[in-house]
Amino acid sequence: MEIVLAFVVGGLYAAAIYLLLRRSLIKLLIGLVLLSHAANLLIFTAAGLTRAQPPIVGDKAAPLATVVADPLPQALILTAIVISFGVTAFALVLAYRAHKIVGVDDLDRLTSTDT
Amino acid sequence: MGDLALAVVVLSGFVVALVAPTVTRHRHNAAGWLIALLPLALTLYFVAQLPRLARGEVLTFAAPWVAELGLAFSLRADGLGVLFALLISGIGTLIVIYAGGYLHGNPFLGRFYAWLLVFMASMLGVALADNLIVLFVFWELTSLSSYILIGFEHESASARAAALQAMLVTGAGGLAMLAGLLLLGQVSGSLELSALLTQGDALRASPLYPAALLLVLLGAFSKSAQFPFHFWLPNAMQAPTPVSAYLHSATMVKAGVYLLARLNPALGGTDLWLYAVGGIGAATMLLGGYLALTQTDLKRLLAYSTVSALGTLTMLIGLGTSLALKAMVVFVLAHALYKGALFLIAGAVDHATGTRDVTQLGGLARAMPITASAAVLAALAMAGVPPLFGFIAKELIYEVGLELGVWWISAIVASALFTVFIASTIALGVFFGQTRHTPKHAHEAPSSLWLGPVVLAGLSLLIGSAPELVSAILIAPTVAAISGKPVAVKLALWHGVTPALLLSLATVLVGIGLFFARDALRRLLAPLRWSGAEQTYALALDGLNALARGQTRVLQNGYLRRYLMTIVLATVGLTGAVLLNQPIWNQLSNLPWETIWQDARFYELGLAVLIVLATIAAVVSPSRLGAVAALGVVGYSISLIFLAFGAPDLAMTQFTIESLSVLLFVLVFYHLPRFTRLSTSRARVRDAVIAALAGGLMTLFVLLAVGVQFQPSISDYFLENALPLAHGRNVVNVILVDFRGLDTLGEITVLGIAALGAYALLKLRREKIE
Repeated sequence: MEIVLAFVVGGLYAAAIYLLLRRSLIKLLIGLVLLSHAANLLIFTAAGLTRAQPPIVGDKAAPLATVVADPLPQALILTAIVISFGVTAFALVLAYRAHKIVGVDDLDRLTSTDT
Repeated sequence: MGDLALAVVVLSGFVVALVAPTVTRHRHNAAGWLIALLPLALTLYFVAQLPRLARGEVLTFAAPWVAELGLAFSLRADGLGVLFALLISGIGTLIVIYAGGYLHGNPFLGRFYAWLLVFMASMLGVALADNLIVLFVFWELTSLSSYILIGFEHESASARAAALQAMLVTGAGGLAMLAGLLLLGQVSGSLELSALLTQGDALRASPLYPAALLLVLLGAFSKSAQFPFHFWLPNAMQAPTPVSAYLHSATMVKAGVYLLARLNPALGGTDLWLYAVGGIGAATMLLGGYLALTQTDLKRLLAYSTVSALGTLTMLIGLGTSLALKAMVVFVLAHALYKGALFLIAGAVDHATGTRDVTQLGGLARAMPITASAAVLAALAMAGVPPLFGFIAKELIYEVGLELGVWWISAIVASALFTVFIASTIALGVFFGQTRHTPKHAHEAPSSLWLGPVVLAGLSLLIGSAPELVSAILIAPTVAAISGKPVAVKLALWHGVTPALLLSLATVLVGIGLFFARDALRRLLAPLRWSGAEQTYALALDGLNALARGQTRVLQNGYLRRYLMTIVLATVGLTGAVLLNQPIWNQLSNLPWETIWQDARFYELGLAVLIVLATIAAVVSPSRLGAVAALGVVGYSISLIFLAFGAPDLAMTQFTIESLSVLLFVLVFYHLPRFTRLSTSRARVRDAVIAALAGGLMTLFVLLAVGVQFQPSISDYFLENALPLAHGRNVVNVILVDFRGLDTLGEITVLGIAALGAYALLKLRREKIE
């Protein structure tokens, strides 16, 4: 399954970078979201996939006795998801504001803050 | 340690510089007299050391500085160092008093004093440093303070340009000098001058000698305004006159001469030294004198004559005979006395009349009798007329020339003619003859303005009449330090009727004759003015600026996509090149390609296909809502993937965040315009290729990473200790809130800032924008 997901990650990165290279501000934002999906999935896949139990320790059972999923990449990705949401939300509001003030959606025409 | 007083003396200027602005603010009228107490005390200290030096003693001080690199803050005062220290502190005293009168009422006088004292302390450091790195640091500090003092009138564009020019020329030379000094340290094994100077033979025999010498010469020549770097000095006359008199005549510009004299025992005596130092010195001596002829501004006239004098000094060091070194030391002192006085007089004249143009000035002796007397004495010293000290210096230089042959003596006499012409222009032209109408009504300068010239000119007269006052106690230790062996010096005013005396007489007469033909001379020479060196500098500076502009236009072009392209292509190119050199194909072929379809479950494959399709839809969708919906499909599918592979926490978070994101997108996109097609098809194909390259590289990364066997992960530690240490069962949560709790705090801070930013953007009052 890692091999399949490797190509999915590549596809996500390609789509994200293609959108980041567009002149339209909106497409740039969509690209930003795809980029964070790509990065999260990259960490998840590269750390190794397992269909084992989630990393939740039982009551009295010795944790080492059962095989569980690796908690470390999960903690990393969880942080990344939240941070990327913060970035996306700020970027969205900034784009909204910029569009309200400057009145264009074309990055090439966003040459100054006053129009 | 050694002589602690020496370190105190060098560093005291920096300390007093800190309080100078405060003193000036509270006692503006008396500030000059108060602050002058420091250089006066330093002068007395150095005078008190003279008997010890005459006995052959040397003062030293050393303290550890950067012990790891073997660097010591070491100072050493021998005859040469103390001669310069005396010039720096003695003339400094007069300059500080003078500046109080000259810049009276200037709101920035305090700042001026601070930088003047910084300069004084740095220059003392140059003259008294033993360690080459210490010397270099002080050397650069003099360039820096010179930059600020030239640009003191910072509202004048030409002053700023002149300051920058002086800084660039001397700064570039300083860097070359640093390289040369390090080479010298490499060859001799020590950065201490005292050790270096004993290894002259080893240094001169080293294959690195020519390179080290030429680099050091670049530094010394640029600092001392030698050809072809001479042009910055006349431009530096934009500085207030006290600065011109102090930095650009008496002290700082002699730093290069000092360095050459200092290094003479270690580097001198070779053919390369003779031709490079002696030749450039002679060329500068003639060029400076010649260029002075057409100047009508008093200060620029004096500046070119300073260039010529600096050339003479450099030439004498290059010639290196014991007579030449003696002449050089005597001329350093004589020149500092008369040129310092003349600069101050030029400032006083400017102050009193409002002009410095020699064609507008005349007959000032009646209105300014004290200044005029000082001017006459200083000009006589400059022209080399007995019984002034300048006469002794010129006689010695003539003897050097006569010893060497007809070419040298001709060059020396020619430059002396120019010198007599300049001296007559100032003394005769400005103070005698017909009284001219000047912008201000001429009046005698206040005491602070005539004190300096009178003291300096008086010293010229005193030492000239009684040279035995300085010959044994000051000149002899200095010549000994430069030649590297003890010497006896006897100076006398009267040598009998010698060829040198006859030449002197002829020079003075012809020079004064030239002065009376000055108008014709200026007309004749006006078309022959040469400024090639300065034009080269301007071209080089323009070229550098054009290069910087061009490079900035390419690198900082303001297009986000160009930056991205650069980043992506550089990453793909660099990592791709490294990867291709590794045995990656083996690693890739070892992956379980045959069992892909058995290994994967059908719903997982379905999710993967869904993600890819939704991604394509998000890219190509013509409608905003369609793109947002596709984006949501991608996010929810990824959260299901998380769920399938043992990460329910991730799935939950992703699910929540995805819902919020979609909501936000819909809200914001409602206000944004519809998609429009902005790029050309060609640009789209180009971007698609770049994006595909980047995506391919990332796929390769994942495939390679899957095959890698990691070091034992710290995950086991977390799994074992989550319950006993942190009392939590969900290990992912325990990591976030306990083991790595500080990271989570950082994450919350980021979210908080993003929220504040978004709130501020939304609440910003609209009227303010419109």
